[in-house]
Amino acid sequence: MSERELWGKLLPLIEKNSRMGVKELAVMLDVSETDIANAMTRMEEEGIICGYHTMIDWSKTDVEEVSALIEVRVTPQRGQGFDSIAERIYKYPEVTSVYLMSGGFDLMVILEGKTLQEVASFVSMKLSAMDSILSTATHFILKKYKDHGTILTKKYEDTREQVSP
Amino acid sequence: MRNPLSEKVTAIRPSGIRKFFDIVQEMDDAISLGVGEPDFDTPWHIRDEGIYSLEKGRTYYTSNAGLRELREEICRYMKRTQNLDYRPMQECFVTVGGSEAIDLALRAMVNPGDEVLIPQPSYVSYEPCAVLADAKPVIIELQGKDDFRLQPEQILEKCTDKTKILVMPYPNNPTGAVMSREDLEKIAEVVRQKDLYIISDEIYGELTYRGKHVSIASLPGMKERTIVIGGFSKAYAMTGWRLGYAVGPELIMQQMIKIHQFAIMCAPTTSQYAGIEALRNGDEDVAQMREEYDRRRRYLLHAFSEMGLECFEPFGAFYAFPSVARFGMTSEEFATRLLTEEKLAVVPGTAFGDSGEGYIRISYAYSLDDLKRALERLERFLKKI
Repeated sequence: MSERELWGKLLPLIEKNSRMGVKELAVMLDVSETDIANAMTRMEEEGIICGYHTMIDWSKTDVEEVSALIEVRVTPQRGQGFDSIAERIYKYPEVTSVYLMSGGFDLMVILEGKTLQEVASFVSMKLSAMDSILSTATHFILKKYKDHGTILTKKYEDTREQVSP
Repeated sequence: MRNPLSEKVTAIRPSGIRKFFDIVQEMDDAISLGVGEPDFDTPWHIRDEGIYSLEKGRTYYTSNAGLRELREEICRYMKRTQNLDYRPMQECFVTVGGSEAIDLALRAMVNPGDEVLIPQPSYVSYEPCAVLADAKPVIIELQGKDDFRLQPEQILEKCTDKTKILVMPYPNNPTGAVMSREDLEKIAEVVRQKDLYIISDEIYGELTYRGKHVSIASLPGMKERTIVIGGFSKAYAMTGWRLGYAVGPELIMQQMIKIHQFAIMCAPTTSQYAGIEALRNGDEDVAQMREEYDRRRRYLLHAFSEMGLECFEPFGAFYAFPSVARFGMTSEEFATRLLTEEKLAVVPGTAFGDSGEGYIRISYAYSLDDLKRALERLERFLKKI
């Protein structure tokens, strides 16, 4: 198996479960533990693996959390396009994602705040106040059914007969 | 009052699996490696097609042999996977799961007293179905030393002038054994020489992990003497839809369809529409599930070797068949103690025939997390005994 092939097999597995151990992965993919460890290091160095996170459904905790999607229309700047305005936005720690979009608006900003007020004040005081921003439209997330490929609203239940031929 | 029952039926032993099932049902915290079906849900696009067919009001019988479109897709599938040409309207029909096709094939082909060679350990229904068809089942005991592959000498040894049919249960449930092209060529030679017919149960044909499955029907001179039985249950995770098929010589198909027509009418219409979608657009789903099974298979075998459980490497289906002979218990004792002491359900090898003695069947149709939890119990049990 080439290095690239191994990467292609590894990534979907650890994307779903970043806690899989080197030894386990080596057994399952039929390669040595050294190969796995090297592949992981290389992919971290190349920025292919950008981090290891935990998926949390905050709505099941006592922690208050409000998420919003904000459509942003901007005037691109000469020589820089959308990059510098995107950078100004993503530096705010409450901003969790920023995407450049095709279609009716330019940037999609995903924001996580503690309260509705916090999100509202971010949009009105900080985001809208930036020079090149033409307009914003804020959509609050009411309920997350599925996130990052994981269904949050229902737990998997094995409903098969426990013994069958 | 007179005895209401048929002697033939009452003489058939109940399935050995049933007993374990009953014990497990009584326990509330037992976990199981005992299932014989995929843990995946049917891929959504296939389910959606079934739902759509209901919305459109496709709620009637289909023709006895099944929807033409589905039979065409089945024949295309046989062509692209085995390079076998079957005519959809003459040599192919749709059944209620592969198990119906097994029953029909036997009933359509045997006369009272004909002998049917059944290699065991294997799926539980061949022997009773042969008995119900008034055939005489003749058991071939597959050997652990051969990795449970059928040997041509074993056929010759059991062949008499009454022998008419050989059942080929590969890829095999419960052992996970597969037969390579070379293995099959040797079998085919004997089968031609003895003028036998083959019922080849290829329900696990999509689930092989070292090279593609080869159907014995694709070997020279074998198509005209082989009925291939396939289905959607294992490949597409569609067990509950009850959908299978048979392809083979027109002469035999006609008679099988006759029984099917009187006993069943037709396979469920909703399932047939879903089956068309599965064959047209399901290859990628099958590939993904196969890869996942393969990773679990490796994980399981590695775990066995670490806990000192001896097991040949299975390359098909989703079962491993480790030997428990060295623990000084029968398969059934082992499985019963494992269930009562560690609350882990596995199936004793003897549920699949006497030659399964000394083995247990472990299914890896479970998520990796479930497998891990179960293997911890198995390891604890092995340390104790």
